[in-house]
Amino acid sequence: MPTNILMPALSPTMTEGNLAKWLKTEGDTVEAGDVIAEIETDKATMEVEAVDEGILGKILISEGTQNVAVNTPIAVLLGDGESANDIGEAPEAAPTAAAAEVSEESAPVAQADAEQPSGAVVENRDILYHQGIIVEPPPFDEASFTDVYTATVREALRDAMSEEMRNDETVYLMGEEVAEYQGAYKCSQGMLDEFGKDRVIDTPITEHGFAGIAVGSAMNGLKPIVEFMTWNFGMQAIDHIINSAAKTLYMAGGQLGCPIVFRGPNGAASRVAAQHSQCYASWYAHVPGLKVVAPWSAADAKGLMKAAIRDPNPVVFLENEILYGEKYDNVPSSDDFVIPLGRAKIERSGADVTIVAFSIMVGKALKAAEELAEQGIDAEVINLRTIRPLDRHTILESVKKTNRIVVAEEGWPFAGIGAEIAALIGEHAFDYMDAPLARVTGADVPMPYAANLEALALPQAEHIVKAAKKVCYQD
Amino acid sequence: MAAAKKKDSAKASNKTAPKDGAGRNAPSVDVLKKYYRDMLLIRRFEEKAGQLYGMGLIGGFCHLYIGQEAVVTGISAAQDNDKDTVVTSYRDHAHMLACDMDPKGIMAELTGREGGYSRGKGGSMHMFSKEKRFFGGHGIVGAGTAIGAGLGFAHKYTKDGGVAVAYMGDGASNQGQVAECYNMAALWDLPILFVIENNQYGMGTSVKRSSAGTLYRRGEGYGIPGEQVDGMDVFAVEAAASQALEYIRSGNGPYILEVMTYRYRGHSMSDPAKYRTKEEVASFKEERDPITSVKDMLQTQGVDEAELKEIDKEIKAIVNEAATFAQESPEPHVDELWTDILVEESA
Ligand SMILES: Cc1ncc(C[n+]2csc(CCOP(=O)(O)OP(=O)(O)O)c2C)c(N)n1
Ligand SMILES: [Mg+2]
Repeated sequence: MPTNILMPALSPTMTEGNLAKWLKTEGDTVEAGDVIAEIETDKATMEVEAVDEGILGKILISEGTQNVAVNTPIAVLLGDGESANDIGEAPEAAPTAAAAEVSEESAPVAQADAEQPSGAVVENRDILYHQGIIVEPPPFDEASFTDVYTATVREALRDAMSEEMRNDETVYLMGEEVAEYQGAYKCSQGMLDEFGKDRVIDTPITEHGFAGIAVGSAMNGLKPIVEFMTWNFGMQAIDHIINSAAKTLYMAGGQLGCPIVFRGPNGAASRVAAQHSQCYASWYAHVPGLKVVAPWSAADAKGLMKAAIRDPNPVVFLENEILYGEKYDNVPSSDDFVIPLGRAKIERSGADVTIVAFSIMVGKALKAAEELAEQGIDAEVINLRTIRPLDRHTILESVKKTNRIVVAEEGWPFAGIGAEIAALIGEHAFDYMDAPLARVTGADVPMPYAANLEALALPQAEHIVKAAKKVCYQD
Repeated sequence: MAAAKKKDSAKASNKTAPKDGAGRNAPSVDVLKKYYRDMLLIRRFEEKAGQLYGMGLIGGFCHLYIGQEAVVTGISAAQDNDKDTVVTSYRDHAHMLACDMDPKGIMAELTGREGGYSRGKGGSMHMFSKEKRFFGGHGIVGAGTAIGAGLGFAHKYTKDGGVAVAYMGDGASNQGQVAECYNMAALWDLPILFVIENNQYGMGTSVKRSSAGTLYRRGEGYGIPGEQVDGMDVFAVEAAASQALEYIRSGNGPYILEVMTYRYRGHSMSDPAKYRTKEEVASFKEERDPITSVKDMLQTQGVDEAELKEIDKEIKAIVNEAATFAQESPEPHVDELWTDILVEESA
């Protein structure tokens, strides 16, 4: 049967075009791949190639015709043994040559749509939130871990990584200075000795490259821990963190994921100025497909790091240089001390105001709570532990009780974590609030070097006290 | 699929064939037929994709491989397809066919349907098959090279004997991360074959205007051997890849193959390709076409027109079946929008 050649769409936006020129005439033999016509689109003049061989039986749209709609038959192609007399048989709206064999375009879709089984169950907490459902955090009986030891945050991180590397051969650590130097901040002390150079790997100073290599290795069965000397340098690798690690599961329709931990110190250190002092919590928390974790204490560091390594998803793990040396005497020693991601911890319970904080700001919030207590205000302090998925449930339960909230973070205010929590409060706790939410953030400036200016740029306990008093109308 | 499956037997018979004048194995009819089939499948698949794009059934960007068929066909024939892994850029349909992925699933991904490899969520540029060890399909120029080095890292770490084959374009070879990965691959002796598909253009920019020096020689400073190969000659590609893979598999670390090729179509469907002359395109199509030359060899060896027609018909049927499937497969269920963002552990 003769088949129609249709006006093709030659760009994502093209709906019609001009038939500028025919390069074949009626009666010409056409091979697949031959240029048969030129078409002017909204952008350019393009060549149209034949998809099938045959004889050009009839030209339906003559050259020079303007505004020919996409999918209009423009010519008829004759197959073996067919002649111009057969042309009447070409169905009126039949698609092109090969398309005649591939049936109509839209009908099967519509039809099959109605027959589709219902879709998969949505479990993603962030998506459920936007569908109006607030999920309780995963359960965790932290008090049951009574066997404890004393460790710094740095040691706790090392212990967590080492325990997981003992448990799982596919876990390895890579980064600048992680092996022989024992970590730029000594977070991998002793690990080269224990695990050897095949599993504790010094890299050249090439964040983009080694992050990509780690991602590729995760796709091919390994569970890398990638240390960035600081998260400031991780910016060079952000393409692989977001485009290669976070999006793969989705782009692969769930077939292939990327179990990987990216870790390193985040936020301000001390007197290292603008290029070495920045909080990336809001940057990475913006991205679906990533989990974002920020420990405060040594127990946090240990339990969250173990969870991050075991998690089948890419996890951005934001540590803090100033906290590395802090010592705690309550670090659970059990191998099973794995803090579920997505669960916040109430560090201090109180009735008058909720203070939400993460990382270094948790310590400042606790200090503020003590001062507030002296002034007669009973503050509840929530340590987020995980930034994404955010434990919205715990925050909401707290403000339903206290009716007041302060959010403290070291990062910049614009589109920060405080802004996200403000949206949560606006959407779900409006009727419970006795005062507007208050944010305590870093100053909206690049970090200055001068000691006095740096101190002014960083949020302190006193700022939290002031904000808490304000929302309690006691200023 | 049928075309790709003959791979192993054809390779074996190639090994026992007598040498030709250039010291290469004189191709047997079996080998010639296999290459003819494999390359024709790619070409017909791409033509069909172009046609479906023209009908508005494929959206967005669609990068065709027409003209470059000998590259992926020759390299894949040299691989150990039970062990090796493959990664490439957005111009990826042919690489998936060469990995023996199902043409139906590939085409249905192009049309954004449930039957696609990514259930319609990846599209032409983002597809994967863990089962066939194909790791994408990457839309970011240069990213696939680092991911490829990572695949190689995992082969070495697990000592599974596999080699990663990472394809990049001439344009991609200018990315910083490519240089970073040459360094680390050499430093750590990673089992990886870097394949630069030099089709002479990155979108509208010719290699002359974008790239200093010779691309395969950029490994020299890192101690990575490399060579340039005629990418319009599937036998030359296979021979070079076999040697390179043997070198890599023996634990010597990475190797760079710069395969000189040409794309007949524009960069993507909407590119009129005004940056090159008609004569230049015609010279490749008419004098260097990789499929025509294999066809000529088959005819010289006495395979008649009828038998070739039969192969054409077979391939056409595979491609038409894929196109039908790609249109009849339903669009993904609306709930698919919300799944596969995170692996949920309770699931
Ligand atoms: C990082 C990045 N920059 C720019 C682009 C846009 N882009 C897509 S393909 C392309 C040209 C790449 O050429 P080449 O590497 O030679 O591959 P070819 O298309 O020839 O196969 C460009 C600039 C991109 N996808 N990613
Ligand atoms: Mg190119």
